[in-house]
Amino acid sequence: MSAAGLIRAAPTEPVRPWLRHALDVETWRAVAAALGAPDAPDLLGLWADTLRVHALFIEPDGSDVLPVSVPVVGGVYPALSPHRPAAAWFERMVHDLWGHAAEGGTDLRPWLDHGRWPVHTPMALRPAPAGGASEPPEFLPVEGEDLHQIPLGPVHGTITEPAHLRVTAEGETIRRVEVRLGYAHKGVLALMRGKPPRAAARYAARLSGDSTVAHSIAYARAAEAALATEAPPRAHALRAVMAELERLANHTGDFAAVLGAAGLGVPAARWGWHREALLAAAEAGFGHRLMMDCVVPGGVAADIGPAGPAAILAALDALGGELPALARALDPAGGLAGRLRGLGAVSPALAARFAAGGPVGRAAGRGFDARRRPGYPPYAGLDPAPAVLAAGDAEARLHVRLAELHASAGLLRRLLADLPEGRLTLTLPMATGEGIGVAEGCRGDVWHWLRLDGGLVAACFARDPGWLHWPLLEAAMQGGEVADLPLCALSFNCSCSGVDL
Amino acid sequence: MRTWPPALANLRGRGVTRPAGPVSAQTTAELAARLDAAAQTRLGRSLALRHVDAGGCNGCNLELRALGNIVYDLERFGLRFVASPRHADVLLLTGPLTRTMREALAATWEAMAEPKWLVAVGDCAIDGGVFKGSYACLDGASGLAADLVVRGCPPAPAPILDGLRSLLEANAAPHP
Repeated sequence: MSAAGLIRAAPTEPVRPWLRHALDVETWRAVAAALGAPDAPDLLGLWADTLRVHALFIEPDGSDVLPVSVPVVGGVYPALSPHRPAAAWFERMVHDLWGHAAEGGTDLRPWLDHGRWPVHTPMALRPAPAGGASEPPEFLPVEGEDLHQIPLGPVHGTITEPAHLRVTAEGETIRRVEVRLGYAHKGVLALMRGKPPRAAARYAARLSGDSTVAHSIAYARAAEAALATEAPPRAHALRAVMAELERLANHTGDFAAVLGAAGLGVPAARWGWHREALLAAAEAGFGHRLMMDCVVPGGVAADIGPAGPAAILAALDALGGELPALARALDPAGGLAGRLRGLGAVSPALAARFAAGGPVGRAAGRGFDARRRPGYPPYAGLDPAPAVLAAGDAEARLHVRLAELHASAGLLRRLLADLPEGRLTLTLPMATGEGIGVAEGCRGDVWHWLRLDGGLVAACFARDPGWLHWPLLEAAMQGGEVADLPLCALSFNCSCSGVDL
Repeated sequence: MRTWPPALANLRGRGVTRPAGPVSAQTTAELAARLDAAAQTRLGRSLALRHVDAGGCNGCNLELRALGNIVYDLERFGLRFVASPRHADVLLLTGPLTRTMREALAATWEAMAEPKWLVAVGDCAIDGGVFKGSYACLDGASGLAADLVVRGCPPAPAPILDGLRSLLEANAAPHP
């Protein structure tokens, strides 16, 4: 039987707006073994609570979302990583935070726990005090002659997030890049536990500052789903205004960063100015440049300011007027295109296997966009029409972002021209329930899972797109040049904090 | 015109760079009182900045990066970001100082030559912000002696720039 068939045959519990399939250990094991089949569902995430391990699958065409869970028996559950490599980082994280071991997992090294916390398994029912000094996770062994290693980070030469990249090179050719994260682990899931949804929203908004709107929307939708409520129409429209504004600001910032790293100072400065203009418009509209804490469970924190729509439209006009000139830097015959073509290429097969989202996935043939499928308000009549390319390289990732600039600007104009009237927020009941929310952020699909008990957060998890993009960056740089690594990493632009939790 | 029309237009116009207003007299006076005369002569009117993200959400990084754009243009004040802590006068700390970043921060600080200053940028770096009390965090610079703090979550580029200019002015101001 196929993995999806096995999952659908299992008994269900409500995890609104979908159903969680409660698998027994044997069925979970059979699903894992069936994950090697070409039509098997995509794995979006894996996490745990004190009793169960959860996985989130989706049909490759986005038509059905399949949350599943398995009870943890004797501290273990069957691993998915032998059949789906994308599960490996999640399994290491589950072990570090909850102590559940993935039986037969391909990689049993610690992940977030560098041996520096005062406790082990901080999310477990009874966290164990950390005894003695343990060491951060070791890097994979390297065999071969004439190899040298370059340790990069966690403090880098530029203004960037803390990550350690261990580069093994033969001369100037990269043989392996291994990423070690966990430096930005703040214990967010433990901080959210036991709080009312609106208080916990401040942590969801700070999982990854550049995607604060996307994380806040996904979290708010999870909370609203758990409580079987829906935000008012005006709140949906204002959330979308913020989300598209965030996408525009981040994409323009990505262009500024990539062009600056490629030595094209003048266009990089222009892209940087447009990002600044968009952030100033966000402040005029919502009172905060990054729009942090503006989306709350139940709706939005405040209405758009009276000067907001005009400021946003002025920033869009300025960007639209200069886009044709700025796009010339990406001319297929130009020097930048020559530098980016083939750089950090991800094959469509690999992108599909890792369920890559956002510009990373859409540049490599995976057209998934959470705004279309599974879809959420107010995008039903708006059709975001994402661009999908096949090359999978840094050039394609920039072209996808360029197309999304045009598309998001168009969406913003339509949203602002037709903002529904009415309430901004609703009162959340003090109820019990389980929900999943999704939002399409600038990097891809952001997922939040939440269980509320008597109106308080009993358990939660946030799946940033970085979980599935960092391993692709590792793969994409194999065989590349050491000097190309910064440019390639910028074209991916993965978040550390979002993955580090 | 085949080159870059917007850039040329910028050369003709007044530009988009934010006008430099006066810095806070109170902050400057407080800082001047803390800095000794030797530091003034060594530094003149230039500060090299080294940023360490001690586990923040990356919001502060975005606003620090914005200091280099043409609107804030920090280099016009003699401020610049440097890649090596060996070249730095100021460590800009962002993030709640996660336990996993403690050693990297200490190594960066140790690598900086005297005289040097610690500036905590953002609520997390000041006392842990919303992450205060987490098992994974050391509550920002609350256990360290920051010379200057810039509040906000994240602070906008303008107040960060004004704070750093206060540090410059305090270094240049004559001591009583």
